[in-house]
Amino acid sequence: MLIDVLTALAVVVSVSLFLGILLALFINFFTVKEDEKEKKIRECLPGINCGACGYTGCNEYAKALALSQAKPNLCIPGAENTAKALSEILGVEVEEPKDVVAFVHCNGTCDAAAEKAIYQGVESCKARTMLYGGSKGCSYGCFGCGDCAKVCVSNAIFIEDGIARVDTSKCVGCGLCVKQCPQRIISMVPQETKTAVFCNSRDKGAEARKVCTNACIACKKCEKVCPHEAISVINNRAVIDYEKCTGCGACTESCPTGCIKNVHFRDLPEGFSLN
Amino acid sequence: MDAFKNLVVILLSSVLVNNYVLSRFLGICPFLGVSKKINQAVGMGTSVTIVMLLATLATWPIQHFVLDSFGLSYMQTIVFILIIASLVQMLEIFLKKFVPSLHKDLGVYLPLITTNCAVLGVSINNITDSYTFVESIVSSLGVGLGFLLAMVLFSGLRSRIDEDEVPKGFRGVAITLLAASFISLAFMGLTGIVDNIFA
Repeated sequence: MLIDVLTALAVVVSVSLFLGILLALFINFFTVKEDEKEKKIRECLPGINCGACGYTGCNEYAKALALSQAKPNLCIPGAENTAKALSEILGVEVEEPKDVVAFVHCNGTCDAAAEKAIYQGVESCKARTMLYGGSKGCSYGCFGCGDCAKVCVSNAIFIEDGIARVDTSKCVGCGLCVKQCPQRIISMVPQETKTAVFCNSRDKGAEARKVCTNACIACKKCEKVCPHEAISVINNRAVIDYEKCTGCGACTESCPTGCIKNVHFRDLPEGFSLN
Repeated sequence: MDAFKNLVVILLSSVLVNNYVLSRFLGICPFLGVSKKINQAVGMGTSVTIVMLLATLATWPIQHFVLDSFGLSYMQTIVFILIIASLVQMLEIFLKKFVPSLHKDLGVYLPLITTNCAVLGVSINNITDSYTFVESIVSSLGVGLGFLLAMVLFSGLRSRIDEDEVPKGFRGVAITLLAASFISLAFMGLTGIVDNIFA
């Protein structure tokens, strides 16, 4: 009896000892030395792999930083803190990252924009665009299917009244939604933007008005009243130069359809972290 | 020729008839967990196949030359788990050093396989079915390929489900489990197909 127990013990112990030694040898001979700097850098990055920096993920960005092939202010979700920490590790001067938020250039809500057909099928904006440019009367508008919301890393996008909206207190500015939107309605705008155009339609005024009561009709009133020459109508749609705009509100008052509005994008709350 | 036929029957039956995931219900966790995207499913399936082969290469001799000769076959499970776990670790270290590109693709899945029941299951079943060494290797290759097949089929199905509007009560895990059970049912139709393949 005792002998049985002892043999079992001896065999298992010797097998595990053998395996342990083998593993130790493996680790000793085969481990790849990781770059300490890269490891440190990687710890500073948020790790959500959003790709806003232009690299395929946080690991790749860290690698590029360690080889000093990239600037330390490219991480948009990490904002100032990350840029500061990275600059410290790399020993370069701090450059503030640009704060941007996603903005949906459409206000074709359920009431305002007419539908030209009833869509039944795969619930995705991409699929909708493929079918006769979507069911909406306006072929430039938001379908509200939420392809953008699905890719959003911080759950900042929600659908309200048939239109995707961005909760800028949550938006980390990674720009994934911009790439995802088949209608190209979403763009990244500076955090301090004061006035924005809520329309993406390139249709001529009359046509745009026919399919959506909130559309930009390219009347050029805003262009004329703007004291800072910040607005210009390009391709039948008002476009704001955010650097020149002071948010005086002259255009918002003059706009006949109300497609230009004053906006206030809230900042991320203090101590915000994605984890 | 008979030996060759026997091997083919073992291979095919472990891919189709005795599919570990769909007929024996082993290795369900990665089957449900890593099957959301097809490329992940392929990665997981390949790594499981490789690990199964290596595990059989190691466990068969251990069983026959160590455990059996000491009359310790009841220690099989513990010893096999030990061997498989350290084997996977070694494989990971080895890949990281010598084939970094492969490590990048499969590395995420390797730690998950350490305690995969399908890998342990194939090692133990090779012994209980009293396969020879060559038969064991062929059978574990078949099981691995069967796992890969099940993963790829299921991930394809899941991506279809993702695009469809599922009734609220079925969303998420419910529809996933239902889909898994349907694939399993479909595989039941393959029973008996291999026995008559050379008849």
